[in-house]
Amino acid sequence: MANATDVAENNAPARKLPVEANIFLVLIGIAVFFEVLGWIVKGDTFLFNPQRLLIMVLQVSIIGLLAIGVTQVIITGGIDLSSGSVLALSAMVAASFAQTSDYARAVFPMFTDMPFLVPVFAGIAVGALAGFINGSLIAYTAIPPFIATLGMMVTARGLARYYTKGQPISLLSEEYMWLGSGTIPVIIFLMAAVIFHIALRFTRYGKFTYATGANVQAAKVSGINVGRHLIKVYTLAGLLAGLGGVVAAARAGSGQAGMGLAYELDAIAAAVIGGTSLAGGVGRITGTVIGTIILGTMMSGFTFLGIDAYIQDIVKGGIIVAAVVADQYRQRKRAKA
Amino acid sequence: MSLSTQEAVRENKGAAAQQKYLLEVDSVRKEFPGVVALDDVNLRIRPGTVHALMGENGAGKSTLMKIIAGIYQPDRGEVRLGGKKVQMHTPLDALEQGVAMIHQELNLMPFMTIAENIWIRREPLTKLGFVDHKALRENTQKLFDRLNISLDPETEVRDLSIANRQMVEIAKAISYESDVLIMDEPTSALTDREVEHLFQIIASLKADGKGIVYITHKMDEVFEIADDVSVFRDGKYIGTDLASNLDSDQLIRMMVGREITQMFPKEEVPIGDVVLSVKDLCLDGVFENVSFDLRAGEILGVAGLVGSGRTNVAETIYGVTPATAGTIDVFGETVEIKTPAEAMDHGMALLTEDRKDTGLFLMLDIQENMQIALLSQDHVKGGFVAESTVSKLCKEMSDALRVKTPGMNERIENLSGGNQQKVLIGRWLLTKPRILILDEPTRGIDVGAKAEIHKLITKLAGEGVAVLMISSEMPEVLGMSDRVMVMHEGHVTGILDRAEADQVSVMRLASN
Repeated sequence: MANATDVAENNAPARKLPVEANIFLVLIGIAVFFEVLGWIVKGDTFLFNPQRLLIMVLQVSIIGLLAIGVTQVIITGGIDLSSGSVLALSAMVAASFAQTSDYARAVFPMFTDMPFLVPVFAGIAVGALAGFINGSLIAYTAIPPFIATLGMMVTARGLARYYTKGQPISLLSEEYMWLGSGTIPVIIFLMAAVIFHIALRFTRYGKFTYATGANVQAAKVSGINVGRHLIKVYTLAGLLAGLGGVVAAARAGSGQAGMGLAYELDAIAAAVIGGTSLAGGVGRITGTVIGTIILGTMMSGFTFLGIDAYIQDIVKGGIIVAAVVADQYRQRKRAKA
Repeated sequence: MSLSTQEAVRENKGAAAQQKYLLEVDSVRKEFPGVVALDDVNLRIRPGTVHALMGENGAGKSTLMKIIAGIYQPDRGEVRLGGKKVQMHTPLDALEQGVAMIHQELNLMPFMTIAENIWIRREPLTKLGFVDHKALRENTQKLFDRLNISLDPETEVRDLSIANRQMVEIAKAISYESDVLIMDEPTSALTDREVEHLFQIIASLKADGKGIVYITHKMDEVFEIADDVSVFRDGKYIGTDLASNLDSDQLIRMMVGREITQMFPKEEVPIGDVVLSVKDLCLDGVFENVSFDLRAGEILGVAGLVGSGRTNVAETIYGVTPATAGTIDVFGETVEIKTPAEAMDHGMALLTEDRKDTGLFLMLDIQENMQIALLSQDHVKGGFVAESTVSKLCKEMSDALRVKTPGMNERIENLSGGNQQKVLIGRWLLTKPRILILDEPTRGIDVGAKAEIHKLITKLAGEGVAVLMISSEMPEVLGMSDRVMVMHEGHVTGILDRAEADQVSVMRLASN
């Protein structure tokens, strides 16, 4: 026993700060950077404008929903490239059940003026189904997640376009559009974050998710049905993309097949910036939330300063790569220690 | 013994005494974290001879060969080629200085042709700098004619049988025209006919004055082709003699002849009923007709060389790779086990052979590593882990096994091998197994932790747990087991009682 406490004194204090602390510092740094530039360039505050802070999170809350799902997928050692397309398909399906009868050319004339839960469930169900197909392919045909979800990415986008032959679906019910109004998308995003944070930290589902990503062989030997578990994780990721689609259609007031284009990459970026390791086994929802807000802050900051949208992308790319380099560096340092 | 045998070799050389050795290894030492793989070993290879290296698993043969082939660097000592001290930093260095190695693992590129594989990095070029396929083909054909190999150089390697791939590997190594050729168990993938062919090739290489270092576990091969034999044991050089001076019993004694000084905490405990009965268990192409009974309180040791199928038997019983034939009875009932989860339902637990590969979740902490098997069975309500109960159980287990750690949320990769192993054993003990399968329970851990784990195994047997213990360490098998089952090339070659099991009897069954 004496021995154990010795060891504790030797190397415990060195690293007890959670990884999120570092990422949070990066967020603060970026915010301060824009604040300072704001005063210099525009003579105005960046941070102390509640309206801007809301928009900052609002415009990334849909990406945040996708990122919560993709974080869990990446923790299992996989990847989900389909979330942006699944979002579009879900948005289309949800919108098609949310139209008002005022509209003469509704997609389903007999399903107009439906209670607001119908389109919500329809959209979420479509997302979950797409995720279930992703998971089943990965679990039972042993194809790499990259390929399975790449296929779904192309197929779901195609289905979204085919659904109305490319026509947008508009004139949605007031009730439904409430989901996209004001701070509601932010609240949905943060609620989903809390739920899945708890799921990852305190449930068997979470423990199995980390175990599968940390060492799939060891997970199998420990009695985990890895295939079944992967299906759960991908289904939940699809469900979250579906929810993202529901919110996106409500916010835009219509379903459009081109929605969520390249969102899957922003979602992966948010997870990675937030400290999720592409090697699997490591990652937290709190980190992903901060990663998402970092993306939002950058978008707002550049817009605030009046900088070209193209430059935003150039910088965003650099930040994503820097985040992964930092992750690699941390891993290498650990391997040496 | 070792001195006199070296004398014998020296004298025997007689006329050739003037001739230098092709390869000399002097006091080479190599340490890996926690183990001394080679402890001041020596080796002398004469031109025009086949020099067999013999020893148990972990004796250091392969490490030594990897040093000679430039894959590892020695910590100390020197390697001389043709009398000149050499330093080989990469396999390429070794090739350029005249040492080629045929690896146990096949290193060919499946989607390239035989010719491309053999001459890779040495392709003949046309004036314009393109690969000269005609010359490539002719060079290969010339080589194959010389070696009597009848394969089309244009065949893609993926279309070849394993045996033919091995022949290509051999031809490739020979194509370097090296003075020293290392063959690490070259016949393990070959049929009898091809083995005969290989021996002819070896004879012609000998006639050319090459030196061949030949690693094998097969006694009959040694006496058929080897001129000299060197024996290693536990990383130490034991001795060298002419093959003609030895017989297989003497050789086995040199290989195993250690004094068993280590004390094992083995206790006689009451042996109960049969809890696991395996009959004619088969896994196609891996092992056949494995049958044994395991009783409560009994420790059944499983000995055999690496590749004898020991680990596969354990994995099959445990449902990692379901059996293709045969039956498994647990507590008198025939059961079908297709997944580890089913095995766990029948009270089994498997501590896997490779801690890093199939045991640890390196980036997770101690509790997360320890609780995982328990969670797949119990202590979950409505999806939520009963955190307080589980963390208490893990803490108690960790204390009972005396895991040295600052806390339960320490990452497991920061622990020593012995402590990691204790955590993995704890993972299984939390599930209260009735049948405990241990594959190399003390591999790569320090002496203190080893003794603790041995004590623990004895204690578990005393509590009525049936233990199947696979081990490459002879003293451990002999010291801990009530009975010893020996495997060789996918077959059980014998089951010995504690009284009749000794190093020689086990080794004889293991190497057949």
